[in-house]
Amino acid sequence: MHGQVTIFPLHTKNLCYQIGGKRLIKDISFSLSHGTKTFIVGPNGAGKSLLMRLCHGLIKPTSGSVECHAVQTTQKCKQAMVFQRPVLLRRSVAGNIAYALRVYGVEKRRHREIIEESLRQVGLNRFSKHPARSLSFGEQQRLALARALALKPDILFLDEPTANLDPAATHVVEEVIEMAHLAGTKIIMTTHDLNQARRLSDDILFLYRGRLKEQAPTGELFTNPKNDLAQAFVKGELLWWRQRPLSPDCDAHKDQ
Amino acid sequence: MTDFSDALTTALTLVATMDRDLTEIVLLSLRVSLTAVAIAAIIGLPLGAALALLRFPGRKVVIVLMSALMGLPPVVVGLAVYLLLSRSGPFGTFGLLFNPGAMILAQVILVIPIIASLTQQVTEDLWHEYEEQLQSLGASTMESVWTLLWDGRYSLMTAHLAGFGRASAEVGAVMIVGGNIDHVTRVMTTSIALEVSKGDLPLALGLGLVLIFLSLCINMGVHSLQTVGRRWQR
Ligand SMILES: Nc1ncnc2c1ncn2[C@@H]1O[C@H](COP(=O)(O)OP(=O)(O)O)[C@@H](O)[C@H]1O
Ligand SMILES: [Mg+2]
Repeated sequence: MHGQVTIFPLHTKNLCYQIGGKRLIKDISFSLSHGTKTFIVGPNGAGKSLLMRLCHGLIKPTSGSVECHAVQTTQKCKQAMVFQRPVLLRRSVAGNIAYALRVYGVEKRRHREIIEESLRQVGLNRFSKHPARSLSFGEQQRLALARALALKPDILFLDEPTANLDPAATHVVEEVIEMAHLAGTKIIMTTHDLNQARRLSDDILFLYRGRLKEQAPTGELFTNPKNDLAQAFVKGELLWWRQRPLSPDCDAHKDQ
Repeated sequence: MTDFSDALTTALTLVATMDRDLTEIVLLSLRVSLTAVAIAAIIGLPLGAALALLRFPGRKVVIVLMSALMGLPPVVVGLAVYLLLSRSGPFGTFGLLFNPGAMILAQVILVIPIIASLTQQVTEDLWHEYEEQLQSLGASTMESVWTLLWDGRYSLMTAHLAGFGRASAEVGAVMIVGGNIDHVTRVMTTSIALEVSKGDLPLALGLGLVLIFLSLCINMGVHSLQTVGRRWQR
């Protein structure tokens, strides 16, 4: 990558999101740097998916802000997201990628080469002409990933991309993510698989009940978590969180 | 009963020999109704899709209204178009009244609510599924409308069928604005009404058979297209 890395690609400030009077994301502020794979971890319902959709701009925060920057400040920041449940258009496998490229404004004459390349990466090139929705769930997930990669985004959001995959497919997806990372894409990914987080991530945001409890480099979080909930979570003890007294800062201060 | 079998025999002969008058009437009917459905689709498809994905105050009211308009009485539409196009009406100068153009216009008005309303229902379901993905890719509203219509095309064929069924079966509007003039505006439904009132049952019955046969053919054609297309889609 060339150009000076002077700013953070993603920066949130006092991010809050509420719907129907329920505060689902509470006062989250963080900055992520280029060149790392950031994982958002936390139990089910912690707000991982919501936080991603806020960062990606699919939903507007109730208050607070999200800022994205490309590596070079003059460029518009290109983002792509792979959803927890893949959403594929009723077109062929190749047609799904071609659609994304067209909407993104990629020149038509480059489509074929990009489509082949990204399908090859996820091991789906022999399905190129098949209807996308006839693929198995795991294949659909990989196609959604290929479609996002074809856009060569600055930031790639991945919402539990391996949650329903078999080990072989998981391995392929992890490799592809690593490749995108090496090519300079900022990876932001959620998972509930702690081993995967330990294996792949450089830094971790630990989310609990809509609140950012800890942001730390992976090694640090796993060996020496500062937050007691994070401690319980990495030890796999968060199962009985209901019985634990909530830490006092949980609902104490107002967001506005 | 012999009356009926006589009429049926004559009717089948008329059809089998491709009687000139009969053919002319059938072709005009098809021309008027197919043109009306095509024009109504050009307006109704984007209108329905826009209703599905745009959020604006009064949207629900428009949707209910559109669905209520599916049941517009053809004679009332005929009367309205008649008033608009008659010599003293605002569009009298075009001299469209008692021309196929007027019949097409009346049928377009009858078919738009059907296509728009059914399109809205089909695309709204699709939009629920696609919304975040299309937003994520940065598709504009226009692109999204087009995507919904294209990806919903096999389901949307039913909307066109319903529209064509309405247009080809209605008699009230085309009677009023077309006037059932021989060789000019006489279509299947109006001539069936006329021949029955004149007591010429064979021609009426022949036309009736052709009308049913055509509608069956079109329905079967569209359904097989849907089956093949759907198998490919999911
Ligand atoms: N549109 C919504 N309306 C109400 N509650 C929601 C909505 N979206 C998410 N939630 C709630 O917000 C919480 C966080 O959801 P989510 O971000 O999907 O969790 P996860 O960390 O498992 O991805 C959950 O308790 C969920 O029920
Ligand atoms: Mg989630």
